[in-house]
Amino acid sequence: MANGLQPQAVDVLVIGAGPAGLAAAIAAREAGVTNLLVLEREPEMGGILKQCIHNGFGLHRFQEELTGPEYAQRDIERVKALQIDVRCATTVLNITKDRLVTAISRERGMQLFQARAVVLAMGCRERPRGALAIPGTRCAGIYSAGTAQKFVNLEGYMPGKRVVILGSGDIGLIMARRMTLQGAKVLACVEIMPFSSGLNRNIVQCLNDYDIPLLLNHTVVDIQGRDRLEGVTVAQVDAKREPIPGTETHFACDTLLLSVGLIPENELTRQADVEMSAATQGAVVDDALQTSQPGIFACGNVLHVHDLVDFVSAESFKAGKAAAEYALGSRADGRTAAVLDGEGVRGAVPQRIRIPDPAETASPIQLMFRPSCVFENAVIRVLDGDREVLRIKRRILAPGEMADLTLKPELLRALSGQALTVRIDASEGVCAWNS
Amino acid sequence: MTTRDSAFGGINLVQDILIIGGGVIGCAVARELSAYQATVTLIERGADIAEGASKANSGIVHAGFDAHPGSAKARFNVEGNRMFEAYCQAVNAPYVRSGAMVLAFDEQQRLTVEKLYRQGLTNGVEGLSVIEREQVLALEPNVNPEVVCALLAETSGLTSPYELTFALADHAAVNGVAFLLDTEATEIRKDDDGFHVRTPRGELTAKILVNCAGVRSAVLHNQLSDRTYNITPRKGEYYLLDHEMKPVFSRTMFQTPTPMGKGVLVSPTAHKTLLLGPSAQDTDNDTDVSTTAAALRLVRDKAALTWPRESLRTVVTTFAGIRAHEAGDDFIVGATENVPGSYEAIGIESPGLTAAPAIARALCEQIARENGLTLKPEWKPAPIRNKPFAEMNADERQAAYEQNPEYGNIICRCEQVTEAEIRAAIRRPVGARSIDAVKRRTRAGMGRCQGGFCSPRVLEILSEELAIPPTEVTKCGGDSRMLIGSIAEAFRKGDA
Repeated sequence: MANGLQPQAVDVLVIGAGPAGLAAAIAAREAGVTNLLVLEREPEMGGILKQCIHNGFGLHRFQEELTGPEYAQRDIERVKALQIDVRCATTVLNITKDRLVTAISRERGMQLFQARAVVLAMGCRERPRGALAIPGTRCAGIYSAGTAQKFVNLEGYMPGKRVVILGSGDIGLIMARRMTLQGAKVLACVEIMPFSSGLNRNIVQCLNDYDIPLLLNHTVVDIQGRDRLEGVTVAQVDAKREPIPGTETHFACDTLLLSVGLIPENELTRQADVEMSAATQGAVVDDALQTSQPGIFACGNVLHVHDLVDFVSAESFKAGKAAAEYALGSRADGRTAAVLDGEGVRGAVPQRIRIPDPAETASPIQLMFRPSCVFENAVIRVLDGDREVLRIKRRILAPGEMADLTLKPELLRALSGQALTVRIDASEGVCAWNS
Repeated sequence: MTTRDSAFGGINLVQDILIIGGGVIGCAVARELSAYQATVTLIERGADIAEGASKANSGIVHAGFDAHPGSAKARFNVEGNRMFEAYCQAVNAPYVRSGAMVLAFDEQQRLTVEKLYRQGLTNGVEGLSVIEREQVLALEPNVNPEVVCALLAETSGLTSPYELTFALADHAAVNGVAFLLDTEATEIRKDDDGFHVRTPRGELTAKILVNCAGVRSAVLHNQLSDRTYNITPRKGEYYLLDHEMKPVFSRTMFQTPTPMGKGVLVSPTAHKTLLLGPSAQDTDNDTDVSTTAAALRLVRDKAALTWPRESLRTVVTTFAGIRAHEAGDDFIVGATENVPGSYEAIGIESPGLTAAPAIARALCEQIARENGLTLKPEWKPAPIRNKPFAEMNADERQAAYEQNPEYGNIICRCEQVTEAEIRAAIRRPVGARSIDAVKRRTRAGMGRCQGGFCSPRVLEILSEELAIPPTEVTKCGGDSRMLIGSIAEAFRKGDA
């Protein structure tokens, strides 16, 4: 630690001013925290929403269809009205489990904070080409979809004009439409799985409406081009997702966009020695979004990757409120039960819930998770030990759409304290996500 | 001083000494020669220096037990290893003396390990011992427990091959060596005026020629001499894994060597990442550094013998490099037979990086002696380079910030690279001209997100520093432009 730096005391420190951080900060201030600080590495608030100029945001929260910047602006206005201190262009470098936070900015240099409570809201990053080990050359013209989106929507430059998209994540689908509208030819969207990882509405509105083929069970097996990308080879894959020889097709293109997964950005979280979940690649949290380190909370895409910003905001309001309660010393403790992923379920959050006292007026708890396959006519079951406590029928479940269920107070009060297991039973399912 | 494009537009440039090849050998030679009173130019076919084998190899400073006793490889390896730490210190390049092991998994391989041990002693390698299973596992708990014994080599080390090359080039440049990039030697003739080297950008003439052209060195040599050499490009593919809080191995883990080379290693790097590789396939294309599914699979499978709990979860990238394998299987260093004025370093494959300081010293002493070169009255020291921000403690960071507030602006979040460092990389004597050139000089874009977040910012800074539009910024020179056009521009023209 810097000998010369004296830490500044902060009650609640929020890392990140994207949708998660903004909501957490608003909730913390509304819960009565006056000594509140938000640190944001970019020069402006809003996070990734700044570059999401398409509409479709806010249907759940505002019952309106907003663009990303419009959605962000509503929270930014609120943050300003509440006079919350936000330091932009400030990068957090380090955080300890005792909530000592080091940051740097061009304006102020090194800064040290001792926080009573920290809310981690750093968002996620895109998985790059390198992580997939796609064979071929390492030429220009290969971008993650979000990087291309930044070039087009924020910087005003086109990264290419003949495009293949690998992966069918939402940003890839959105960019298929965006590049098309901007005059590029999108040749195909190639997905290794038998189903898309994106929202169904995006497949309809971004691919089908523009006659862009979605090649399921296909992947890119070679990349050609010395300086700039000249083409890619696409092949069909078998049930083990290995390319099938003889099924190769060549696409001449100058751009390959990757939309092959989002990874919660948890480098700071790991520095604070927070327990992590292999399923979500985010922290393990309780129903108040508190991590294994007391006073450190996590919400939004740094916790688990969401499909809709509306749910990021909802989760982050809870985290901000809980962090405020922790900082102001008004958080209740008590018995807890673990929540485990059962068959067909991946990454249930929270991983631990508090069992309310019999007399307590408790709030319902929402569990969110991803189905590991596409299921039809499925039954989601919650087991307390081996006793079924909840059973919900769903006509269709898919990994591309986060599923959720609500545990009502009377159910919570009756829990035994054994681990809860969430599982999906289905007579029909297209199962392939077993990695 | 760096000679930029404008300084060489097809003019017949006459120099005392012309070095062909801007890899670690060419740049090490340039640095040595920059101490003498002579005009020196280095030409490189790539858009940056360290574009060939020097940018894509294991980065190991080998101890010297592999090479056949009496060979040039053995001599230069052991000499180079002894010089390496001070050499890196002198030019501000990374060096870590990490140590290495050669693992034996059966009694047959034990014999190989024992042979390497004796060979090492013959070669003059210090710090060698054969250690048994328990000791191997005590030192390196992640090694396959089926290991029977290992050769421990304490003098093995790690460097960053491209960063060393950049540092050598900078030192040469501040002492007057001119660097011409994108300048491939296509043909060499000799007459009474000296050597005439044809390039796509004009002809260069020099009295003394130093051929350090890597995979192209034999082809160029054969244009001057009847005693021909034959280089086969040998491709090696690698996996690179992210640095994590707990390193998997602290030493370089070799398996017993094969006729194609030292086999697949698992090694930490000078930057605490983890390297798996290389494969070894002979190819006929000396610029093909594409990766293949088959070779990567082989690397994965072979590395799993060393590291049974192998996890590729943190892979950040895969890459390939080309080794210059000469048919005689040894380094060829010195004056070209029967061609006065011509010097060469041919067939410099592994352990060429380790050997570079010794090869450069031997070659330059010979050149100086045979051509009566005299030392300059003043040889400037290598430019001072600040410690990378990522490696500074909090006080050092604050001090750096107070010197230059651009240290407060983090551009690459994965590797914690600041705006100050990116601008400095572009302004270096042999400065970065592309996204990849910035990456290799600063590590911006080398981390987990592989430039996803920082490349638009690096592009913007390059555009500013080089005073070119963003659409002219390239990933790696040539036609590797990152962007194909401005949307606003297209609107003005009415095509959007």
